[in-house]
Amino acid sequence: MEIINTDIAIVGAGGAGLRAAIAVAQADPSLNVALISKVYPMRSHTCAAEGGAAGVAGANDSMEYHFNDTVSGADWLADQDAVEFFIEEAPKELTLIEHWGCPWSRTKDGKVAVRPFGGMKMERTWYAADKSGFHILHTLFQTSLQFPSIRRYDEFFSTDLIVQDGVCQGVTAMEIRTGEMKLFKAKSVIICTGGAGRIYPFTTNGAIKTGDGMAMAYKAGIPLKDMEFVQYHPTGLPGTGILLTEGCRGEGGYMINKDGYRYLQDYGLGPAKPEPVKKAMELGPRDRLSQAFWHEMQKGRVVETRYGEAVLLDMRHLGEKLINERLPFVRDLAKSYMGVDVVDEPCPVRPVVHYMMGGIHTDINTATSIKGVYAVGECACVTINGANRLGSNSLTELLVFGKKAGHEAIGYIQGGTAPRDEADAEKQGEAAEARVKGILNRTDGKESVSVIRRELNDIMEYGCGIYRDANLLTEACNKIAELRDRFKDVQIKDKSAVFNTALTQALELEAMIEVSQSVAQSGLARTESRGAHQRLDYPARDDAKFLCHSMAHYNPNAEPRIDYLDVVITKSQPQERLYGAAGEAMAKKAEQEKQEKQPVAAAE
Amino acid sequence: MSRRPYNRPVSKSKWWTTQLRYQHYMLREVTCIFIGAYMAMLVWGLMRLSQGPEAWEAYVAGILSPIGIIFQLICLGFALVNTISWFNVTPKAMPLVVGGERVPGRTIVVAHYAVWGVVSVFVLAIAGL
Amino acid sequence: MAERKMQVEVLRYDPDRDTEPRYQTYEVGCDPDWVVLDALTKIKDEIDDSLSFRWSCHMAVCGSCGMTVNGEPVLSCKTFIRDFPDKIKVEPLDNFPIERDLVVVMDDFIEKFEAVKPYIIPKEPRSIEQGTYLQTPAQLKAYKQYSMCINCLCCYAACPQVALNDDFIGPAALALAHRYNLDTRDVGRSAREDVVAAHEGVWECSFVGACSQVCPKDVDPAAAIQQSKIASTTDYFTSFITGGSK
Repeated sequence: MEIINTDIAIVGAGGAGLRAAIAVAQADPSLNVALISKVYPMRSHTCAAEGGAAGVAGANDSMEYHFNDTVSGADWLADQDAVEFFIEEAPKELTLIEHWGCPWSRTKDGKVAVRPFGGMKMERTWYAADKSGFHILHTLFQTSLQFPSIRRYDEFFSTDLIVQDGVCQGVTAMEIRTGEMKLFKAKSVIICTGGAGRIYPFTTNGAIKTGDGMAMAYKAGIPLKDMEFVQYHPTGLPGTGILLTEGCRGEGGYMINKDGYRYLQDYGLGPAKPEPVKKAMELGPRDRLSQAFWHEMQKGRVVETRYGEAVLLDMRHLGEKLINERLPFVRDLAKSYMGVDVVDEPCPVRPVVHYMMGGIHTDINTATSIKGVYAVGECACVTINGANRLGSNSLTELLVFGKKAGHEAIGYIQGGTAPRDEADAEKQGEAAEARVKGILNRTDGKESVSVIRRELNDIMEYGCGIYRDANLLTEACNKIAELRDRFKDVQIKDKSAVFNTALTQALELEAMIEVSQSVAQSGLARTESRGAHQRLDYPARDDAKFLCHSMAHYNPNAEPRIDYLDVVITKSQPQERLYGAAGEAMAKKAEQEKQEKQPVAAAE
Repeated sequence: MSRRPYNRPVSKSKWWTTQLRYQHYMLREVTCIFIGAYMAMLVWGLMRLSQGPEAWEAYVAGILSPIGIIFQLICLGFALVNTISWFNVTPKAMPLVVGGERVPGRTIVVAHYAVWGVVSVFVLAIAGL
Repeated sequence: MAERKMQVEVLRYDPDRDTEPRYQTYEVGCDPDWVVLDALTKIKDEIDDSLSFRWSCHMAVCGSCGMTVNGEPVLSCKTFIRDFPDKIKVEPLDNFPIERDLVVVMDDFIEKFEAVKPYIIPKEPRSIEQGTYLQTPAQLKAYKQYSMCINCLCCYAACPQVALNDDFIGPAALALAHRYNLDTRDVGRSAREDVVAAHEGVWECSFVGACSQVCPKDVDPAAAIQQSKIASTTDYFTSFITGGSK
């Protein structure tokens, strides 16, 4: 097996991985970085993010507002120390990538423009029309090309972490075009592999979002945190699941049901005003909007489409000029894939799986329980997103924590690392290779990848959807256990070494099953409703019991063990989570109370 | 086994036959031969003019002969193809921005035709037609 | 709506088995609203798991699934079967070596992409405290179009100069260089000239225009290249007048 020696191996070359690589290259060019990705960097799913990245920008905004929005948006499940760090760093990182060439949209006077987003009190979402993630990704990728210490390994599929006595010593990855396994000996590994939306049948996520990095860490012994929190984005195109950005609503689009009624006012988000009101109606948080769809569906107030039930996103009143300027991609997507010109008619949309709030457990410094392993981005759970992520926080998260992870890895290496048992590392590498070859060479299997994947998708949507209960979740847990077992009998027909995508799909499915199991089991164990995790049998939030993170620990032969970790609370005690007029009233009251408490400070 | 990327052969002489858009391109390029030929005819005329009235009259007779006319019509046809195809691509080479908005390509193309028309009328007027 | 039976003829090449490419036809039931990529994934899932192709986003932004459909380089995720008769032919992108089936080798493109220094080369370092640069919407618009390239490689597949000259830097990379040259935050044009203004750079382009015709994102690389030619010519003559080489 070929051995590649490096200092820091970064797995995943999307926004987080690229940012981490650049951070290392800038801070210490003497360190070798191996940037390993199963796709070319510009294919990474960061490119599909549309709406923008949040960071306090305007004079009317404040760090405190962004903090409060994020923490309440998270239904108080975010670690507040992490949120504070994130909020402080956010504008700096967004400014930095502006220096690197990100084509942010501008105001007339040449400043960076910001738009309102769901659950945000102020407009603080920096955007590049409706291709913000695309531009961030390409800016980072192109910027990374000037650093010779970053060595890319494009189209290498990472399989296993090399761990010795709780210390990371590298990672194995299969070169897809040769089928050869490589052993990357590294002092530190940063995992930046993104989400796992593909465990669901109907998702905005690309084909590559199969949770490989999560599963890799999980199997190495790092717990997966808060996996039950799966975000449904309220506005995906029926059928394809293609995302229509929240920016549509940020710019003033309406959500209407089959009667043309702005139904969100019935779900604690009103009153309905013609112009967009922040933190109300269409600018409520994603979990609430997706749940409102479910209720509309129960009431039969949805429209029927060829691809099932939907509501309508109405942007006609925005006018062609604004749509062309700020939402051209949305117009193109709706026209191409739905046959609807949003300038002239409302577009059918429905909630679609979009984002995993949970992920690889890290501390505030992106460090995991294995020394030298760091995790960043959607694959990680640091956690600033808690039970529900606010739109436009995740792109910023990649940047802030990507940089952080790069610097932490440098600090870790400079502090001196444990010596590597080379023979053992190679033995682990060979074991990883043998496992992969085992799947490739199996000839007596009776199961197929696509059948198991479809059954997995179906049970996830059925059992772990927008609303869940004990019966549904139990059914899902049982089915996933069955699929996990059946996977051992999976056989692929393609036996070729070169670019064997049947093999990579099998490896992806293996990861998807593990991730799915952590989602279902964590969901079953959390007998409360919070943010994106809504239990029909436990409709209330239960802070006494569940103001804590679920931690799923891998078990090779049975379901994961779930235990809990307290949420870090610094300055915001859990309160009722209110939006619309009720939320406004509460915020006013809090402001008044604060002023009464600190009359001097307020006068300044 | 290992990788063995396959390179598809490309014909250096026949590549342009494979696609219609390549043939359009070749047609545009070929026009320059005829424009060159017409230029040569004009230069030839100048030379004949310098050789005295007889030479000039023979030249004029030549270009007014059926073969001369056919030759000029062919040249005119290719000149039109050349002009139209180049006018159509001018917005790419010369994008205009006025008041922060990009001038639509069509406007630029139309402007070219307008100028062409004006110049033609001017030339015809000088020629006394 | 009724399922539509499609005959999908696909170029197959497996270096483990084939000495040269062959064609294989699959009959597959398709939803009439499907794109070509959907038909391919159905073939892979249900008929033949060895069919290899790249894809991810299914929304025309990741650039993975460029391939040739009925002779035309396209994104297969945005090419609808409703626009075709019941038989379609799918091949890998032209002008690239075939790794396997519909997967092409991109190494050469990546090298050229890197060669044009596609990043901001600032006049002087700028600190975070100095804030963002000012850039008016008009200044943004000047280069925005050229920043929209998704590297799908359709333009390389369409360009006869790419086919004939291995060293030609090619449409997408040259358009990207132009994008940075036009950016008000950048002063790197002279640093890029070595590659851009070289013979294998813009001057190899004979303005066939095919790149812009096939570009699924309306980047218009042909325009970028012609503008670069003009700019580099102007530079050349200006250097005579100013007497200095830059």
